[in-house]
Amino acid sequence: MTNKTQVEATEAPQFYLEEEHHPEGSTMLGFWIYLMSDCLIFAVLFATHGVLGRNYAAGPSPADLFDLSLVAFNTAMLLFSSITYGFAMLQMERNARMETIFWLGVTAVFGLAFLGVELYEFYHLILEGAGPTRSAFLSSFFTLVGTHGLHVTFGIIWIVTMMVQVKMHGLIPENRRRLMCLSMFWHFLDVIWIGVFSFVYLIGAIG
Amino acid sequence: MSPQPHSLAHEDTSQAHHGHSHGHQAGHGSLKSYMIGFVLSVVLTAIPFSLVMSGVLDSKMMTAVLVMGLGAIQIVVHMVFFLHMNPRSEGGWTMMALIFTLIIVGIALAGSLWVMHHLNVNMMPMTHEMMKNMP
Repeated sequence: MTNKTQVEATEAPQFYLEEEHHPEGSTMLGFWIYLMSDCLIFAVLFATHGVLGRNYAAGPSPADLFDLSLVAFNTAMLLFSSITYGFAMLQMERNARMETIFWLGVTAVFGLAFLGVELYEFYHLILEGAGPTRSAFLSSFFTLVGTHGLHVTFGIIWIVTMMVQVKMHGLIPENRRRLMCLSMFWHFLDVIWIGVFSFVYLIGAIG
Repeated sequence: MSPQPHSLAHEDTSQAHHGHSHGHQAGHGSLKSYMIGFVLSVVLTAIPFSLVMSGVLDSKMMTAVLVMGLGAIQIVVHMVFFLHMNPRSEGGWTMMALIFTLIIVGIALAGSLWVMHHLNVNMMPMTHEMMKNMP
């Protein structure tokens, strides 16, 4: 009996190996659901900051620490990167390969500027003794803003990856699909940043 | 969203000349819509920052409410003009997922703040002596 099944197994198994036409709709929906789950992560971090945001442990308060002009600059960087990613998508629709890569590059530069300023801010906070271990407020602040910064970091890595991909393979359907996912990811990070600068920085600075 | 054979064929042809399979449902928007979204975002960012940085309003409460309100409007602007959210994309499923998430986020945020606020209020007040003996 075992012999028989073995024979059946070796006899040209009919695997369905052909790559199925990938219905893009489901990819977009799946990625959107991923973003929504990411949204829940940020919601929890926002809630944590909402609860702990005023526990200064006799340490510095947001009004002492935050440089709002720096935050405004950062917000502008992220906003510019959003519109330049939009331009990249428009060039993709026009099938313009080099222009798409160019606008992706511009987006990455704005993203790096954002990240640089944020790291500079973190560095100065820690240097002033306002590191994540100072108070509950600073712990939740660093966790929330740091998580967003980490997302931006991976977004930039993804952008650079896509620049190489488009350079090597052109605007094939696979790359278009990836670029659309990245578009959602990048704009989503901007949406989260709206919450961060409103809820953490501005409300914090009001006191 | 409908992977029947006949619709696949249709998708293939539309992909050939338009590059994506679902027409304007999850479209990329036009230059015009991106620019409208961008200008609105800039305005909606500039107002709260100037409100807080210049401190025009005397009432802190009023400023906070305005900042959060404008933030919420800007989130909607981003959703519509950059993320191209509309009730029709993916047969309405993205909207369903979004609404579901918003409900969960609302429960998590409001619930946490509410419960923890009451916990704080009902906490035994800490005296100066206790503060000194803290670890």
